[in-house]
Amino acid sequence: MEHIISVTVENKFGVLSRVAGLFSGRGFNIESLSVAPTLDPSMSQMTIVTSGDERIIEQIVKQLNKLIDVIKVVDLNETEFVSRETAIIKVHTKDVDRAEALRIVDIFRANVIDSTPTTYTIEVSGDPKKIEAIINLLQPLGIKELVRTGRVAVAREPVRQAAVQAKKIARE
Amino acid sequence: MKLTGAEIFIECLKREGVKTLFALPGGVVLKIFDTLYQQKDVEVILTRHEQGAGHMAEGYAKATGKAGVCLVTSGPGMTNVITALADAYMDSVPVVCFSGQVPTSLIGNDAFQEADNIGLSRPCTKYNFLVKDVNDLAATIKEAFYIATTGRPGPVLVDIPKDVSMAKADFTYPNSVSIRGYNPTVEGNKWQIKQAAEAIMKAKKPILYVGGGVVFSGASQELLELAEMTQIPVDMTLMGLGAFPGEHPLSMGMLGMHGTYQANMAMHYSDLVIAIGARFDDRVTGKVSEFCPHAKVIHVDIDPTSIRKNIHVDIPIVGDCRTVLRELNQILRATVNGEQKDLRKPWWDQIRDWQQAHPLAYHQEKEGPIKPQQVVKRLYELTKDRDPIVATDVGQHQMWAAQYFKLAKPNRWLTSGGLGTMGFGFPAAMGAQAAFRDRLVLCIAGDGSIQMNMQEMATAVLSKLPVKIIILNNGFHGMVRQWQDLFYEGRYASSNLGTTPDFVKLAEAYGAVGLRVKKVGDLDAVLKEALATDKPVIVDVPTYPYENCYPMIPAGGCNHEMILEDPPELKMKQSGGDKVTPEDKDTVLTA
Ligand SMILES: Cc1cc2nc3c(=O)[nH]c(=O)nc-3n(C[C@H](O)[C@H](O)[C@H](O)COP(=O)(O)OP(=O)(O)OC[C@H]3O[C@@H](n4cnc5c(N)ncnc54)[C@H](O)[C@@H]3O)c2cc1C
Ligand SMILES: Cc1ncc(C[n+]2csc(CCOP(=O)(O)OP(=O)(O)O)c2C)c(N)n1
Ligand SMILES: [Mg+2]
Repeated sequence: MEHIISVTVENKFGVLSRVAGLFSGRGFNIESLSVAPTLDPSMSQMTIVTSGDERIIEQIVKQLNKLIDVIKVVDLNETEFVSRETAIIKVHTKDVDRAEALRIVDIFRANVIDSTPTTYTIEVSGDPKKIEAIINLLQPLGIKELVRTGRVAVAREPVRQAAVQAKKIARE
Repeated sequence: MKLTGAEIFIECLKREGVKTLFALPGGVVLKIFDTLYQQKDVEVILTRHEQGAGHMAEGYAKATGKAGVCLVTSGPGMTNVITALADAYMDSVPVVCFSGQVPTSLIGNDAFQEADNIGLSRPCTKYNFLVKDVNDLAATIKEAFYIATTGRPGPVLVDIPKDVSMAKADFTYPNSVSIRGYNPTVEGNKWQIKQAAEAIMKAKKPILYVGGGVVFSGASQELLELAEMTQIPVDMTLMGLGAFPGEHPLSMGMLGMHGTYQANMAMHYSDLVIAIGARFDDRVTGKVSEFCPHAKVIHVDIDPTSIRKNIHVDIPIVGDCRTVLRELNQILRATVNGEQKDLRKPWWDQIRDWQQAHPLAYHQEKEGPIKPQQVVKRLYELTKDRDPIVATDVGQHQMWAAQYFKLAKPNRWLTSGGLGTMGFGFPAAMGAQAAFRDRLVLCIAGDGSIQMNMQEMATAVLSKLPVKIIILNNGFHGMVRQWQDLFYEGRYASSNLGTTPDFVKLAEAYGAVGLRVKKVGDLDAVLKEALATDKPVIVDVPTYPYENCYPMIPAGGCNHEMILEDPPELKMKQSGGDKVTPEDKDTVLTA
């Protein structure tokens, strides 16, 4: 089964290779991995999409925790979470297709972020299903280039706690 | 006052209590060697190969329980030490390895003797550091020792560029270390420990399965109390030998591929496996799907990844063996009564039956070829009063050493289990001897393995490390030959060594002592002579070349299905043709 694992790591040289090396060395699977610094610049946040049975996921989480540069590991599948991915798609558009391209952009609430007489560069974000869907629709028009960020995800705030927080903020 | 990086390095070693450094110089570490040359606190043992330095650090660490330290140069120095680091990583040995690196300005330029030390060592170290600034050096070394020796121990590499060893900085050694991503769990979960105690009280056929973790954590006393109080038999892994006294009536000896019959049967038929500091290696579990089919499993380990890696665990306890066993013993002390013995009587009757049915056995004829088991057995009997440290290489001789050399205490056993590194034994023995100059250190070696680090004899002579090497010389990569006899229809592809050097002359060429046992009747006399020598000694013992090591569980086999002796076809083959015929049946010895 697919799992999204959120890993907080030290923001320093070589950490990515330790994490990647762990996955390759132990034959674990990485579907996507994204990294960026957190609010605290001494740490980075990684979101790793992986898959495996229960035993493998348990090992992945434990092995990640064992890495000395790893500060925190959360298997998001154990809670509710929201996840997003962004894709940038450069479509080759013949005159006849340009309107169709814009219609698709519209339906998916995507954005055109660059355009030339023969291309549109489209940015879309959402869950992977949405990204797959727009790619499928754009494919017949001619996709020239496609880049995807891989997923980022965060646990949903439990409703009760969120309400308390909101009240607190309101009071302040 | 400002110190150079090299001076800071030495100050740090002193603060860590390091008295011995196993090292081999090179361009980028010359500043460090030059500084070492001008002081007396840290002894430098110059090895002949960096692999030797690494294994010596391992031997030192295993015998003392403290970190072993080695120093190598960049490039080839680093690549040479990799095998030892990988070995230490597999067997959880605390080693701190310092490597030289090209100056920081040249890193990444394919400079002379440059290697990516961090990249090379990443998969075979617990952690590694590149020190880019001399101001970070002291704190880094402090962290390196801390990481190597705490939690599940392991090797740590500190890569020091040449300019960092020459640059100057103020020296302060931190008192403590705090690494936010590294907090090993020492205390076990109390509720889980209680569950374990209850399971132990209820079990009818429990077995203790103890490993290297008991040795690392110094929990032998606690283990002894637990076993005696509850009358539970004790199986030891190869790495756990010495954790429990080998001659104790509760000791079943080693379990696993070449473990004793009773140890494996008890494991297979038990209803409660209490694993303490052992990692369910495939040489122990055999076929995982049929491993301990009737048992609940309690697993105490400091490393959460060891738990449920290979087999299902019912009561996991993450923590240090010693701390957890103390807590467990305390609960049990209050509950255990005389009934345990009665409750477990049928279990012990069964175990004694197994013991009597198939004890470890071999046949030594009075005038016949020398049996390797006989050598180990006599060596054991002749030295046990001297509380020796025993190192081994890898192969059949290692297994016979494990079976017949019954260790009474922990930290006496230096062997390569996880990586199975031929050539480990001799340098490891030297490392232990360097730590304990007055103790008796033995190395039980194979004629194949010893040749993988023979060059260190020069180090042993130079640094006066009087290790006693006993070579079980069967003319073969015996372990390989055994598999070929059992699984490859006796085709000896590259297992016959063909020619081996005259080990007696070789020892003498190095300035050590060489002795040979010509016939079994001379065995004791020659061993005694070796033991009485105060120099490094090689005792060359030509042994029966076709002896096989049993019991044996074929790889991937079930633990209760052991091969106990040569299959009939093999016996026939051995008794025919040019091979030695066991005719004289006068002397039948069993151990
Ligand atoms: C030729 C050959 C044949 C072999 N045959 C056998 C055989 O028949 N039987 C056998 O047993 N082995 C055999 N081995 C060795 C085998 O490959 C493994 O190395 C061995 O079984 C592992 O021993 P262990 O489980 O004690 O683990 P170790 O490698 O010693 O690991 C120790 C475990 O304890 C944990 N630990 C460390 N410190 C602590 C602490 N303070 N508190 C709690 N836990 C801690 C660690 O996390 C780890 O899980 C053989 C090897 C070779 C080369
Ligand atoms: C470095 C290394 N290479 C190869 C092996 C595979 N191997 C395991 S045992 C063995 C034979 C060892 O021969 P020897 O040292 O003579 O011991 P014996 O089995 O004869 O007692 C070999 C080649 C190994 N364990 N280590
Ligand atoms: Mg041999």
